[in-house]
Amino acid sequence: MNHFLVHEASDNVGVAVVDIAAGTNINGRDLHNNAPVTARTEEAIPLGHKFALKDFAVGEDVIKYGNVIGKIVQPVKAGHLVHVHNLKTKRWA
Amino acid sequence: MEKRKIFGYRRENGTVGVRNHVLILPVDDISNAACEAVANNIKGTMAIPHSYGRLQFGEDLDLFFRTMIGTGSNPNVAAVVVIGIEEGWTKKIVDGIAKTGKPVKGFSIERKGDIKTIAEASWAAKEFVQWATELQRVECDLSEIYISVKCGESDTTSGLSACPTVGNVVDKHCALGGTASFGETTEMTGAEHVVAAKAANEEVRKQFMAAFDDYANLVMTQKKDDLSESQPTKGNIAGGLSTIEEKAFGNVEKLGKKTQFVGCLQPAEAPKGPGFWYMDTSSAAAEAVTLWAASGAVIHLFPTGQGNVIGNPIEPVIKLSGNPRTVVEMSEHIDLDVSKILQGEMTLDEAGDLLIDCIVHTANGRLTSAEALGHREFVMTKLYRSA
Repeated sequence: MNHFLVHEASDNVGVAVVDIAAGTNINGRDLHNNAPVTARTEEAIPLGHKFALKDFAVGEDVIKYGNVIGKIVQPVKAGHLVHVHNLKTKRWA
Repeated sequence: MEKRKIFGYRRENGTVGVRNHVLILPVDDISNAACEAVANNIKGTMAIPHSYGRLQFGEDLDLFFRTMIGTGSNPNVAAVVVIGIEEGWTKKIVDGIAKTGKPVKGFSIERKGDIKTIAEASWAAKEFVQWATELQRVECDLSEIYISVKCGESDTTSGLSACPTVGNVVDKHCALGGTASFGETTEMTGAEHVVAAKAANEEVRKQFMAAFDDYANLVMTQKKDDLSESQPTKGNIAGGLSTIEEKAFGNVEKLGKKTQFVGCLQPAEAPKGPGFWYMDTSSAAAEAVTLWAASGAVIHLFPTGQGNVIGNPIEPVIKLSGNPRTVVEMSEHIDLDVSKILQGEMTLDEAGDLLIDCIVHTANGRLTSAEALGHREFVMTKLYRSA
């Protein structure tokens, strides 16, 4: 089963395409080159939500689609949920 | 890709429609009641009530007339009865629609009252609907139809599946000489450079960036916060989208991989030829689809993640979703399920071909989910307060 997808190799977040429980070793796919990617969740990630593929410090850019989609405002460890509680727009802030 | 045929209505001016509506079109808010009475008297006609048409001025009034005349002129419309409170603006809309060559008649209420107006307009509507219902569909090329594209209640699955499926169809339709249009200016925010890079030439790129900067300036000058209650919407956020930039990159997947856009259109302005056109629209679904219908688009492709339910009175809206939960929980709204893309069980090219099948069926007369459910959202874009 495919647990998650990434749009580009440079993305530092993955997107869950099924509901994933905490503490799961997960299999994903890079949509750009179809290469397999693996990761591990540290908290539950609902379908459609993003999780960190690396540790983030405050102020770091989140990359998805190979592009910046916002900046981190709370520290995030790999395998944790990345969403509105720790990621904010850089445009309308 | 092979050329596909459809059975559509070839209108007096050569354009191809896929529906055969007889519209009862109010010029203004206070003529809605008369229009609804006529549509109730004469079966097979449709009134499209709205909230505006009084005391508008300047660019806002130009957009109003473009929207009204464009709606009546759409190839999905066979004939139109126009009713307004005053004669002047009623005649202006009638004359605008008449340029297409289709039957159109106007009626004004002042000095006559609702009851007499309704009676006179009902006679015209009866004549139009009996004439229109005898028109036959004829074989046309699929590439002759004008398609608009816009997504709504998006989530992260939109950018992974439904939006790039539409992009695949945009590439195929435009490669065969078809016409298509995209917009949603505000929802390009963060990805505007990706859109700008798809402009066919420097002049088009500059026009796009000018429209984008103008809209972005409106947001920046009118906003009271980071728009976190509006963009992304609560539905977007529930579906995993966190920022406007993330939403924008999913949105622009609809633009395809190969197609450049050939020009920029004002809201509700008709494309000047075949190819892919940017229109300066808001990102609110009903407003934007109303503008495309007024520009002559006859089928709309609407990717959704969380499950938007929008329809339009005259332009069939085809909805597709790649969210495996939405296609089950809101199946009555979804015309095409592309959720297999997420598991790698369907390619974008296969999904695009399925969507083209769905377009052909719709063009041939099959009602979309939104049509069957009675969604007729007709929402005009208003630029500022009336005088």
